Amino acid sequence: MKKPAPTLALGPVLYLWDGPKWRDFYFRIADEAPVSHVTVGETVCSKRLHFTEPYIADVIERLQTAGKTVRVVSLAIVTLERESQYVRSLIRDSGHIVEANDLSALRLLNGRPHAVGPLVNVYNVAAARVLAARGATSICLPPELPMRSVAQIVAGVPEVAFEVFSFGRVPLAISARCAHARSKGHTKDNCQFVCSEDPDGLSVDTLEHRPFLALNGVQTVSHTCQALVGELSDLALCGVSRFVLSPQDCDMVAVSRVYDDVLKHHIDVEDAMSRLHQIYPGVPLSNGFHHGQVGAAWIAHTKSVSLGAEI
Amino acid sequence: MELICPAGTPASFREAVDAGADVVYCGFRDETNARNFPGLNFTRKELEQSIAYAQSKGTQTYVALNTFMRAGDEIVWYEAVDDAVRLGADAVIVADFGLMAYVAEYHPRQRLHVSVQASASNVDAINFLVDAFGAKRVVLPRILTIPDIARIARQITCEIEVFVFGGLCVMAEGRCSLSSYATGKSPNMNGVCSPASHVRYRQDGNDLVSELGDYTINRFPDGEAAGYPTLCKGRFEVAGQYGYAFEDPVSLDVMDHIDGLREAGVCALKIEGRQRGKAYVAEVVSTLRRTLSADSRSRPALIHRLKLLSEGQQTTSGAYEKRWR
Repeated sequence: MKKPAPTLALGPVLYLWDGPKWRDFYFRIADEAPVSHVTVGETVCSKRLHFTEPYIADVIERLQTAGKTVRVVSLAIVTLERESQYVRSLIRDSGHIVEANDLSALRLLNGRPHAVGPLVNVYNVAAARVLAARGATSICLPPELPMRSVAQIVAGVPEVAFEVFSFGRVPLAISARCAHARSKGHTKDNCQFVCSEDPDGLSVDTLEHRPFLALNGVQTVSHTCQALVGELSDLALCGVSRFVLSPQDCDMVAVSRVYDDVLKHHIDVEDAMSRLHQIYPGVPLSNGFHHGQVGAAWIAHTKSVSLGAEI
Repeated sequence: MELICPAGTPASFREAVDAGADVVYCGFRDETNARNFPGLNFTRKELEQSIAYAQSKGTQTYVALNTFMRAGDEIVWYEAVDDAVRLGADAVIVADFGLMAYVAEYHPRQRLHVSVQASASNVDAINFLVDAFGAKRVVLPRILTIPDIARIARQITCEIEVFVFGGLCVMAEGRCSLSSYATGKSPNMNGVCSPASHVRYRQDGNDLVSELGDYTINRFPDGEAAGYPTLCKGRFEVAGQYGYAFEDPVSLDVMDHIDGLREAGVCALKIEGRQRGKAYVAEVVSTLRRTLSADSRSRPALIHRLKLLSEGQQTTSGAYEKRWR
């Protein structure tokens, strides 16, 4: 059976944006962005939930009215009783597809259709089969997964729609400790939400002033922006269903149009790259994880790294 | 409480057994475990001999198979499980739920433990792995306080093991790609973090600079001991300030909380350090063994001795104490 042409999905906003900015971002996505799926909600830190809570119903309604498939995201790290209760109520009460980002959500979603997010460790066909048997209908593969593994997994579990993290700073790690709060003289328990001062992350530079990583509350993301563009056609050929764009503090409607234009063969890879550099200036692009290399690296797109040669 | 001790070589294994370990854990000499370092770990033959030695002394052996299977090469992990079972491992320690499914299906009588790398940090997550794969024990991630552990213990049916001494992951285990971002090699995929193959030291004036891949991880003025450049324990610049952005180069030591851990419902205490030499293993294991059985008057001296064993490093209680966050 031939799979339908791949589409674009928008991942959850990973950063703490103020409520109105967050709402207006999604309103514009609803009205203008060529994405089929949108995942909304807080996945990084349970302390932030109240910032978006007053707006989420309006955002979901606007997205659905625009014809988007809406999913709500679960927390990536669940340790407190309050957090467990939140995930349970999210799954119990949500009329939408839930995107699981930790093992607790996977248990609670057993037997009903759900999505699996990029922070669940699916490195092989066996793990994907476990999730499919429990009701997962889509799985976003971990960003560090190389193409060779992506192709194996997609071919091995044809009943699942697979997604690949294709644009955005890569979520690399999450901790019980909040390095972001600590960098500003606070602890996690008394953080005063200082991560909201850095809507695109707070740069972590080497001692030689070279940007390396970025802090996003308890999460650490890459300094580089993963941009799979020249790789899209190979990924589509191997059966990937959706390309996930992770919101950065830039014009994400413009980003989604670039990816849409590439998928429709309206522009070539070079045009797409130069447009991405203009839309999200000052942040180097990377694709090393996809090529099994250093994640921060940019591997120039040549025929030698096409699907045929790599497998 | 059981004392679970590391062994990276057959010699360390014997030392750990002789020093009073209840259990020794180890891995095969390949990418199937999270200490895939050159010169470390066990051939099948060495594991067979080590298990025989352990059994002769009434000590158990756990085999760590706690990396994530590479798609297309699952057979490497499946054969490692088959061999661990055949050679008599008392438990296998697994992180990948694809591999847990294999253990449950093909070796249903084999005792399955959930690795710290699985990141099962709450009641629902643990119950998922107990219900789906028959897991008998969970090694909790180092992101929980002792009250968190006590609350979880009351609501799960499997045993709880925690790390108490040795290396400390700052990030939630099994969910960190910092190493592969800088070097292409990660704990999940390759069983290595900040691998020595990508470490370089360079003299810059009076400073010794340590690098991981293309990135400077630390800089040591003349006279300051140069630590290993583990990525999350490096010095960086954040908002114009220089320092340890994630964590100081500390190691974990929560032996002064063992009563709290016991009351919380923990049944096994784990020592990190399969990469350590046999003399270190022997000393740490015997000191911890004595600490566990010591009365409250003699315990402080033993705990002080342990601090000296942390290679002169500072130690921390990590996430077990709330203020660490």
